[in-house]
Amino acid sequence: MPVDLRTRLGHIELPNPILTASGCAASGRELAQFFDVSKIGAVVTKSVMLAPRAGRPTPRMMETDSGMLNSIGLQGPGIDAFLQRDLPWLLSRGARAMVSIAGGSVDEYAELAGRLSEASGVTAIEVNISCPNVTDRGQVFACHPDAAAAVMAAVRGRTRCDIPVFAKLSPDVTDIVAVARACVAAGSDGLSMINTLLGMAIDPDTMRPVLAGLTGGLSGPAIRPVAVRCVWQVRAALPDIPIIGMGGVRTGRDALEFVLAGADMVSVGTAIFNDPCACPRILRELEEELASRGVGRLRDVVGIAHEPAGAVLLRAGTHHRKL
Amino acid sequence: MTVEDGETGVAPVQIRGTVLTVRRLDAYCAMTVVAPPIAERFRPGQFVAVAVGGPHTAMLLRRAFSIYDVRPDHGGTVEFVFAALGRGTQWLARRRARDTLDITGPLGRPFPIPRDPVNCLLIGGGYGSSPLFSLSDRLRAHGCQVDFLLGAASADRVLGALTARRTGRTTMITTDDGSLGARGLVTDVLSQVIHEARTDVIYACGPMPMLRAVTADAGKYDIPVLASVEESMGCGIGVCMTCVLPVLGNDGITRMVRSCVDGPVFRGDQVRWDDIGTIPFDALGAPGWNARAGQEPLEAGNAG
Repeated sequence: MPVDLRTRLGHIELPNPILTASGCAASGRELAQFFDVSKIGAVVTKSVMLAPRAGRPTPRMMETDSGMLNSIGLQGPGIDAFLQRDLPWLLSRGARAMVSIAGGSVDEYAELAGRLSEASGVTAIEVNISCPNVTDRGQVFACHPDAAAAVMAAVRGRTRCDIPVFAKLSPDVTDIVAVARACVAAGSDGLSMINTLLGMAIDPDTMRPVLAGLTGGLSGPAIRPVAVRCVWQVRAALPDIPIIGMGGVRTGRDALEFVLAGADMVSVGTAIFNDPCACPRILRELEEELASRGVGRLRDVVGIAHEPAGAVLLRAGTHHRKL
Repeated sequence: MTVEDGETGVAPVQIRGTVLTVRRLDAYCAMTVVAPPIAERFRPGQFVAVAVGGPHTAMLLRRAFSIYDVRPDHGGTVEFVFAALGRGTQWLARRRARDTLDITGPLGRPFPIPRDPVNCLLIGGGYGSSPLFSLSDRLRAHGCQVDFLLGAASADRVLGALTARRTGRTTMITTDDGSLGARGLVTDVLSQVIHEARTDVIYACGPMPMLRAVTADAGKYDIPVLASVEESMGCGIGVCMTCVLPVLGNDGITRMVRSCVDGPVFRGDQVRWDDIGTIPFDALGAPGWNARAGQEPLEAGNAG
């Protein structure tokens, strides 16, 4: 039995809920050597900024147990090159492009949103207000509800009304629900969570920090429970807002965990480094996981973990043993 | 330059390959895997990226290895050499015949091959000499003369001394401890080798300090160096942005380029060896770059 995997990215319907996570798929071109990028829900691009950016010095990465630290620092070609080269390529392949943007000020975010609105073919915008690899932690807008809201209001104001705007949230906050509420109140059409956690590694042999940038963002299966908790809390507080869940998804079963916590869509990040075909594989596995539980439609089980046990069984249309 | 640009134009593949043999090679491990689509696409200088630790591993990043040899048996095999020093490579060294491995390849740009039959000096440091032997075969098939200069810390870390002696016109070996060949570094004898071999072009692979020194010395004689760099990689396919280094483009602009897809082979004189591990102030997108040069990349290049 084929499972109906359709989901909604704001008012836009996606054929399935599996997306790339920003920063783990560049702009899709490299991964297209391994699979058809039009077959996944959308390609979420690496965060693009106004100007070209060289990023942080090397070493930029450190493998940790079931995870990794990265300190890339938003290296990228800038919006002009992105619009000239990367976006047209994605569209030529029939891929849906969710463009991630990052800036150092509210105005930069707004200008990026304006530029993307002038270009045709952008499916959605993800606003990266939570990259940990910036010199000033005060620049991490997602750490403050007011700062996050200011960015989201400016971006929503400058973005064409038919392009949904998602705020990407940081788990490194005391109350992620407060930040989520502020973003939604400011006009955010949906929420992406989570970005990496701020981490650090020190080499006992050299007795020095491993990363040139000293600190980096922790990602991978090690952070999945944190991400599931964030999705759960925000879904409980905001039952109707579209959510893209991410953080350590490696299998279809992991993706299903996010769906049950309340994610309408699931992004795959670090797993791509291990397996370039992680997205299509996880999509296939998710369909199998749903089918094996007798679930015919993905949207029937979004957030179902919030419901009392009896209701879960009834809505999933299956019996206890299979669940 | 007497060498052509090394575009591959052939997409890599991800396959599950069966291990054929795992053998000790002095201080290193050599593993042969049945991988017909990779063997078929391979050109010297390219590498593979191998997933380690099994399906539920805590080690998420692929390990990248130069391809040492490609053979037609079993439809096509690839062999790579590594030092089993970390957890991932030690896991790999414990694989046995008939185990399977998740491999992507062939990755990266290969060594460019000269248009004309010229004298090529192939310089390898430690297991960095791994890609030089298939390169030597390719060069000799093009009518080039091949000389080898191999260096390592000790005799058991000189990879392929016998192959070099068998296939090269001349072979010079240096070791830090003098346990094989001359005592010292490859750069101690480089001038002598260049003169004796009448070297036209140098191919080098090994540790960054060696590549930097070789490039500097070769520059004195105006000999082009094609250097295969050893930067630590995360994915090997160009999406993680880990393995960047500052490289001067033909347009005069320095960019932080990915060694996995823009390399691993670079023209030695275009790599900013002294600036590796930093973001040079004049690199495209360096802090302050935009403020100084506006949004005109050309101006920034001229300023550099």
